[in-house]
Amino acid sequence: MQGSTVNSEQVIAVSQDGHGGHLEDHPDHRIFGLFMFFVAESFIFLGLFAAYLTFRAVTPAWPPEGTPELELLLPGVNSIILISSSFVIHKAEEAIKENDVKGVQLWFAITAAMGALFLVGQGYEYAHLEFGLTTNLFASTFYVLTGFHGLHVTFGLLLIGAVLWRSRKEGHYSADSKFGIEAAELYWHFVDVIWIILFILLYLL
Amino acid sequence: MAQLQVRPLAEENFPEKTGGNWKKYFTFNTDHKVIGIQYLVTSFIFFLIGGALATGVRIELATPDVDFVSRELYNQLFTIHATVMIFLWIVPAGTGAFGNYLLPLLLGCNDMAFPRLNAIAFWMIPPGGLLLMGSFFINEGAAASGWTSYPPLSLVNGKSGEFIWILSILVLGTSSILGAINFLTTIIKMRTPGMKFNNMPLFCWAMFAASILILVSTPVLAGALILLSFDLLAGTSFFNPSGGGDPVVYQHMFWFYSHPAVYIMILPVFGTISEILPVHARKPIFGYLAIAYSSLAISFLGLIVWAHHMFTSGTPAWLRMFFMIATMVIAVPTGIKVFSWLATLWGGKLRLNSAMLFAMGFISMFVIGGLSGVMVASVPFDIHVHDTYFVVAHLHYVLFGGSVFGLYASIYHWFPKMTGRMINETWGRIHFVLTLVGFNLCFLPMHYLGLMGMPRRVAEYDPQFATINTICSIGSYILAVSTIPFVINAVVCWRSGEKAPANPWNGLTLEWTLSSPPPEHNFPTPPVLKTGPYDYGTLDKRGSKKRPISQLRASDILSN
Ligand SMILES: [Cu+2]
Repeated sequence: MQGSTVNSEQVIAVSQDGHGGHLEDHPDHRIFGLFMFFVAESFIFLGLFAAYLTFRAVTPAWPPEGTPELELLLPGVNSIILISSSFVIHKAEEAIKENDVKGVQLWFAITAAMGALFLVGQGYEYAHLEFGLTTNLFASTFYVLTGFHGLHVTFGLLLIGAVLWRSRKEGHYSADSKFGIEAAELYWHFVDVIWIILFILLYLL
Repeated sequence: MAQLQVRPLAEENFPEKTGGNWKKYFTFNTDHKVIGIQYLVTSFIFFLIGGALATGVRIELATPDVDFVSRELYNQLFTIHATVMIFLWIVPAGTGAFGNYLLPLLLGCNDMAFPRLNAIAFWMIPPGGLLLMGSFFINEGAAASGWTSYPPLSLVNGKSGEFIWILSILVLGTSSILGAINFLTTIIKMRTPGMKFNNMPLFCWAMFAASILILVSTPVLAGALILLSFDLLAGTSFFNPSGGGDPVVYQHMFWFYSHPAVYIMILPVFGTISEILPVHARKPIFGYLAIAYSSLAISFLGLIVWAHHMFTSGTPAWLRMFFMIATMVIAVPTGIKVFSWLATLWGGKLRLNSAMLFAMGFISMFVIGGLSGVMVASVPFDIHVHDTYFVVAHLHYVLFGGSVFGLYASIYHWFPKMTGRMINETWGRIHFVLTLVGFNLCFLPMHYLGLMGMPRRVAEYDPQFATINTICSIGSYILAVSTIPFVINAVVCWRSGEKAPANPWNGLTLEWTLSSPPPEHNFPTPPVLKTGPYDYGTLDKRGSKKRPISQLRASDILSN
């Protein structure tokens, strides 16, 4: 339907080395877009948190009578692992500023290991809890909230894995081209912040 | 007349468009113009489907007895009718179609910020829609709990239909969020140099406000639906009182999205109306900044009024007061827009073509819907008419009289730009008259039905309401017929209508500086703004002032 002054091969060539397809002739706004995405993600969690607090407020006893006490030790250690992993992944960004791809790989690998450890810990906690998904309202919100967060951690691990995979190619990442690294890092921080709120809501309040 | 911002690209640069490239509309194309048209055509097809479902509803209601469909099927018909009209027609048409097609052209950039994400967002719509339609063909039938899907009702009706409904809304909601990320980034980051927020076309302001609402409220609906699906499938009782849950929490989460959703559906249309009126009235828009900022006010207020849908859900009295007053306050920024539009028309040299007729139809119908909105915002009145046909009348004046009239106006206005062909005006006017008459015949009497206490969402009713319901049904048949001249007109003119010049309406916004249809690469160099978007008939008065005329004070003009 459209005619064009630019011949079509040229257009295709431009779109192939751009990241988005149609004529990328503008600065990179992907980090900005990523923050918009975080706003949306935050509001899913905010909605769920608000629901949790409302359930808590309208239920006569919270947690409902007969809910077994939550252990604090394991989730506490788990939280420390996850929070410190945020500092580890930040090291990767410092490394890439020095064009040190080996360093990025190292720090990303450590972060991934810590994230995986967190998930294993959460799985262990699930297996040893004395209540199930449908025991009562508290149990249901507990599993759905932590599970939904765990899904985000898993997705973060996939992102980190993707960056590690791509970093094998020489020159894929450098100080000037580090969107993937930054995105994975920001996402990881985001998931961390959510966990801190979740931990306070579910375990401490 | 009007001097254009950039030299219209010479016609010979654009070789004769040949047939055969229609195929690109069926591919994963990243050109925002292709995506905009994909959205428009897809959502219009769903409009026809949703309209067919509504006609089924009205055939059933033509008589007081259950005679056309079973009660169960009737419930599915109105549930899917509403879902299709909201999630597959008005939202994707208002934001997806016109947002994608117009934003880069109006802002003077070559595409959206994330073209590939844009295509992904579009390609989530057809599967989401097909999933929903497919649920009619499973054993238990489609979702039947109304588009609000309130638990515990939605937990006891057919489980599979309900779950498919949830899945489909999650897919469509995600698509909408991805779209909003694109719109916001494009508006904030990609305006042509020299275009500030305060001289970008008003449609961009409206899309800005609507996208914020999408980004903030849609995720909360997703959260509610995730919890609802656990109740449905995994045996939890978040919203099920028999297991200790609280159904009112669902209502809060649902309306936290679904009230702003009204603005997601109407703001883009407010935007296109603000573009269409000055062009066809040949006058600068009245109150540019007032219209621009009132969009933001509407989107902020729209986020804090949701519980006006829950006045009968045991909401405490003091909270009802707050939501009542906050809701009524929205009438202020909305009124600012309406009066600005009327002032734009006042004393203009009106060009009464199909686009303008629909735009003026939009203002009149929307004002009726807005006024009945203030009525239902009032707690005592709402308790009387809650869940009656008064609410049905109100919401159709807003969503059909408002959004759909506005979408029709936008289609007529930008048809030449999108297709490169003029659309037939005579048939456009016939379409307008049929729509206006059918619409009012169908929905105006419903106010009376509601005040008399006829409940909504029931297949049979007291025989005393029979005559008026028959009138409503006849109106709905006229409305159904009204789409026929439009579809034929649009298809025939797209194929073989008169060739459209670059600027058939003498518009001043950037899209009219390009050929019709625009070249694939919109602007070879970033366009330079020589006038404001609405400086009609005032170029002599602008003199040496740098600011666009829409922002000049009277003294600036007089001193010239
Ligand atoms: Cu509302």
